[in-house]
Amino acid sequence: MREGPGVDVIVLAVIITALVFDFTNGFHDTANAMATSIASGALRPKVAVAISGVLNFIGAFLSVAVAKTISSGLVDDTKITPTVIFGGLIGAIVWNLATWFLGLPSSSSHALFGGLIGATWVAAGADAVHFATVVSKVLVPAVLSPIVAGVVAMVGTYLAYRITARRKDHGRVVRGFQSGQVVSASMVSLAHGTNDGQKTMGIISLTLVTAGMLPSGSAPPFWVILIAGTAIALGTYLGGWRIIRTLGKRVTEIEAPQGLAAETSSTAVILVSSQLGFPLSTTQVCTGAIFGAGAGRRLASVRWGMAGQMAIAWLLTLPSAAIVGAVAGRVAETGTAGTVVVALAGVAFGAGIYALSRRQPITARNVNDLPAGPQPAAAPA
Amino acid sequence: MSVSIDWAALGVVFLVSFAAGVGLIVLFSLGVNALATTTTEPPASPTHTHQKPAPRLTSIPPIAALCFLACALIVAYGLYLIIIK
Repeated sequence: MREGPGVDVIVLAVIITALVFDFTNGFHDTANAMATSIASGALRPKVAVAISGVLNFIGAFLSVAVAKTISSGLVDDTKITPTVIFGGLIGAIVWNLATWFLGLPSSSSHALFGGLIGATWVAAGADAVHFATVVSKVLVPAVLSPIVAGVVAMVGTYLAYRITARRKDHGRVVRGFQSGQVVSASMVSLAHGTNDGQKTMGIISLTLVTAGMLPSGSAPPFWVILIAGTAIALGTYLGGWRIIRTLGKRVTEIEAPQGLAAETSSTAVILVSSQLGFPLSTTQVCTGAIFGAGAGRRLASVRWGMAGQMAIAWLLTLPSAAIVGAVAGRVAETGTAGTVVVALAGVAFGAGIYALSRRQPITARNVNDLPAGPQPAAAPA
Repeated sequence: MSVSIDWAALGVVFLVSFAAGVGLIVLFSLGVNALATTTTEPPASPTHTHQKPAPRLTSIPPIAALCFLACALIVAYGLYLIIIK
């Protein structure tokens, strides 16, 4: 491989980009747990993101399971170098920022996998990519897990309204469900923290191993857990209000029983499938559950056009991140100068997206206000 | 390229998620329902308009308490799965 100083630069670059990715992962996924709680009024926006941030931080310390492979077997892990990881992370960050700007919930894990696949492909050839695993671990769950979560949430929502339909004291029913939502949303946040926090820790640890700075097969050092947990918690607290608005307001008008049903279904699907080793994306499960909760309430109008948009974004996630990851990996492969160029390009892209987002900022204050803008489906109130 | 989809495992994921998710939602809804019943049951005295702050802790009906307890147990098991496993 490369000589001393070059390796050090790339290892440092990987650690920093891994933390940046973790940060984007945080604000990209706040909506998973908190969009429905914010939309239904169960939690004030700032309180919701604070709870979610804290639970993501705690979650990073809770899990004893250590990510053993970087790519979960999607690519030949022996072909992965720090440069490949760097390129892959850049691809994932770019895609996360772009979809955040558009307010589209997409899987951070799929973005990461895509970036790694692209970077591995150019570095080690197509043979190093396990396409069958990509289909069974990425494509199939992406289609099925939102449907499973959606069906559970739909039946749950229907029954929740059916059971409480006769109660005249509507306020008390709503407050009851809102209280329950605090717990169900917290469970989603905690499950998210234990899953996604692990990914970044695994990447940093395995990079340290390949650089010979950590013995093979060792658990993440405490400082890695601490900085990874901090990065994802800060990202979560920042809020990602664009995606929160999409999931909380633009899919359907969420009421407290629907929010409880969506969050409970998401937690159930996430926990059951992780117990049985069935890989899935938290984002896709939660999105499916919100559509299901919309479909389960009579009189609720669901904007199914949004589902089409999201499906396209999900379909594009892996290939798009792969292309960026491939280019970034290829340039970084040329040496320290290349790595710096890629890093600067990444920073420039992030700054550009941020500048664009300031034109029409979405914040904790206006997250629940939906401008009657170019909304295709007319929503009866 | 041979792609094997483990339909059996997927079926198990669906059934267990369905049972746990829908079961928890139903239990919680029954609890909320029972809780809301206590305030709507005595509508005999509409003259007492300032009766709103109902004595909360004393008026939790046993059914509601049972439902919420069951919910708490399921949530605790979920926490066990997150933390221990």
